[in-house]
Amino acid sequence: MKPSLFIVVSFLLTGLGVPPDLSSAPAVQEKAVSAAPAPQTGAKPVAKAAGAGLLEARGAYLARAGNCMGCHTAQGGRPYAGGRSLSTPFGTFVTPNITPDKTTGIGRWSADDFWKAMHEGKSRDGRPLYPAFPYTEYTKVTRQDSDAIFSHLQALPPVTQNNPPSRIKAPYNLQPLLSLWRTVYFKPGVYQAEPAKSAEWNRGAYLVQGLGHCSACHEERNPLTGTWSIEGGETLEGGQIMGSNWYAPALTSSLEAGLTEWPVEEIVQLLTTGVSPRATTSGPMAEVVRHSLQHLTKEDARAMAVYLKSLPESKPRPKANAPALTEQVRGWLQQGADIYKQHCQDCHGDLGQGVPGIYPPLAGNRSVTMTPPVNVIRSVLNGGYPPSTAGNQRPYGMPPFAQVLHDGEVALVLSYVRNAWGNRASLVTTAQVDRSREGMH
Amino acid sequence: MTRLFVAALIYVAGLASAPGVAIAANSVDAPDTMAERMKPCTICHGRDEKTGRDAYYPRIAGKPEGYLFNQLRNFRDGRRYYRPMALLLENLSDQYLRDMAHYFSTLKQPYPPPEPMASTPEEIKLARKLIDVGDAARKIPPCRECHGRELMGTQPFIPGLLGLPRAYMIAQFGAWRSGGLMRRQSMDCMSEIAKELTVKEANAVAAWLAAQPVPAHTGSGVGLSAEMSRRCNIAQLEEALP
Ligand code: HEC
Ligand code: HEC
Ligand code: HEC
Ligand code: HEC
Repeated sequence: MKPSLFIVVSFLLTGLGVPPDLSSAPAVQEKAVSAAPAPQTGAKPVAKAAGAGLLEARGAYLARAGNCMGCHTAQGGRPYAGGRSLSTPFGTFVTPNITPDKTTGIGRWSADDFWKAMHEGKSRDGRPLYPAFPYTEYTKVTRQDSDAIFSHLQALPPVTQNNPPSRIKAPYNLQPLLSLWRTVYFKPGVYQAEPAKSAEWNRGAYLVQGLGHCSACHEERNPLTGTWSIEGGETLEGGQIMGSNWYAPALTSSLEAGLTEWPVEEIVQLLTTGVSPRATTSGPMAEVVRHSLQHLTKEDARAMAVYLKSLPESKPRPKANAPALTEQVRGWLQQGADIYKQHCQDCHGDLGQGVPGIYPPLAGNRSVTMTPPVNVIRSVLNGGYPPSTAGNQRPYGMPPFAQVLHDGEVALVLSYVRNAWGNRASLVTTAQVDRSREGMH
Repeated sequence: MTRLFVAALIYVAGLASAPGVAIAANSVDAPDTMAERMKPCTICHGRDEKTGRDAYYPRIAGKPEGYLFNQLRNFRDGRRYYRPMALLLENLSDQYLRDMAHYFSTLKQPYPPPEPMASTPEEIKLARKLIDVGDAARKIPPCRECHGRELMGTQPFIPGLLGLPRAYMIAQFGAWRSGGLMRRQSMDCMSEIAKELTVKEANAVAAWLAAQPVPAHTGSGVGLSAEMSRRCNIAQLEEALP
């Protein structure tokens, strides 16, 4: 089993050059400052250090960059009080309460305890944490940034909320197994800058690899998957996101989501508004844009874009072959074309051209031709809106077709759009659509 | 041969920029309107109420704005359960949900004709008593107290009861009775009342309401009594509206 890319990278980078001041405060926007919670009355010493408010505001900004709230808040629940279930092949993790409540949250923690969690992946009592908490990435965060996040969390209103325990399946519930995994696959280490690259590139790399924890989803083989499967567990194909029917495309493949050929401005637009002329975000990525990326400063969003654009091409995953255009296949594609004309063309256009920033193009769109086709199947069954963001407050949406089209019709129309207007990709089968309906979470 | 033909077409298109040449894409019309943005909704909530493959699709046009906003938030936040809508709304802001509520509340659509009355005289009596008089012993006010004298709703939070299909109302009563996820959040006053009703009463009321014609002037009423406002926690709900 190949060790994950992440470890190779961290080995390569360790000890290279003097780090620039990575944690130099990002220009905290007024928005971030005003979004900082009001200090609680009574719970804190009256005379606060003058800088405390600023530190909290910076912490609030960084916590957003790390999307801590996204995982540590149940649907419709109190922010940061935990209780969200994350279903994975290893069982269901329930996120803990990280508000400063003394009994059910982290109110008794010190900044050192918190640093140990972020940097070493250990709880206050020394228990090794499961990497469902992405400390494999957060370990790259600097001590100053960790302290800022901690001061933000400590300033939140405490919420008394006990969450149900995680239900981890045997044998993954065995601590020795987790410890073994950690010794082999987890190396704590703050991000070390590459002196040959610009400050902007390094800032971008720091955010993408650290707080942004992009590789938790987008990496071909994330460390958890690699090792657990040695122990006899299920393997996750490619970047299939744990416990969901979404596939996170590789950021290092021009056939998937590699951004080498995109203008930096369009990458920034996609990350911060959720839509762009070439692609829109949906599903888990829309959630990340809404809760995290849209709140980045212009400078930080640009830095991330510059770094992402520079990622080298990896060896592309083998693609399922496009079909030979036999008489029979042509017949199917023609049926797909008829369905397209009736249900899809109004928005996506007669040549799959879409409307920039409103309806995504399907011609030349990599998400459409990607292998496996799980995301496009989901799009058609469930529809969806890109996120509401400051830059795109009232997005246009796609209707769900699960109740309108039969599995066979979904397969036909998708086979057509994957093989029309210059697109070439494998046919979608009725069985694939059926599987997606079942596993729809 | 075909290649040559296509090349010729492109050439012609380039020269004369003739409209309608097979190669040129027809541009997609995406006007900057709420109607265009709400296309994903109208696939189910069209002009008519309808029974879909998986559920009953209720009419939403013309219902009070605050009521619609509460329901949209409930679906998004998992407090009223219907998965296809939750997925659509999951990444949308409160402000956008308010805009949607406003849009649908102002939409005028003709009501369906009343359903035929299938109730026995005894069931009709039972229904009319609950609707006009209530049952003080069980703390059930008359339905008209909240839903308006004409039963056409009270702005901005209480929906009308006429023009709703019987099957939809029965499903709602069932969901309230079984408690659980449905509509837990906002308007507990209604779920408290629904839990008091027996299945027989709920069925009788739904059948009677569905058989009433919708009055010609279809606006909802205004002004809930102080007592009913308190009971439904209206003050708290008002904070969420613009
Ligand atoms: C992908 C989901 C996810 C994200 C994002 C996430 N966490 Fe967590 N976090 C978890 C899970 C799951 C656990 C529990 C792990 C365990 O019990 O082994 C956890 C545990 C923790 C703990 C340890 C609590 C304890 O009682 O031991 C802390 C502290 C914490 N997270 C803080 C954060 C902060 C700060 C951020 C943002 C920088 C963050 N988390 C982002 C999922 C997440
Ligand atoms: C009302 C307009 C509308 C209609 C009709 C429509 N779509 Fe879409 N479609 C959209 C929008 C908007 C998105 C972006 C959704 C998102 O980002 O969540 C989208 C996204 C998609 C995607 C994903 C593209 C990507 O980049 O990931 C596919 C595939 C797709 N549509 C195919 C279809 C097919 C096939 C049909 C007909 C069965 C159809 N659409 C009908 C508006 C529409
Ligand atoms: C797949 C079909 C479907 C789609 C698409 C859909 N809905 Fe619904 N909607 C339903 C069903 C079914 C119910 C009733 C659920 C129940 O019984 O609780 C409902 C209920 C509602 C209600 C509550 C009505 C009431 O009287 O309580 C509102 C408001 C609503 N939908 C608005 C919308 C909006 C806005 C959209 C688009 C963003 C939308 N719906 C998209 C099927 C759909
Ligand atoms: C104390 C005020 C009050 C009384 C009395 C009351 N209701 Fe309601 N009702 C409401 C509110 C508020 C709602 C909206 C619930 C929500 O927001 O989820 C509602 C909703 C409903 C709905 C759902 C309508 C829809 O479009 O989905 C039905 C059906 C209903 N009530 C029937 C009745 C009947 C029958 C009675 C008399 C037995 C009654 N109500 C008495 C306050 C009341």
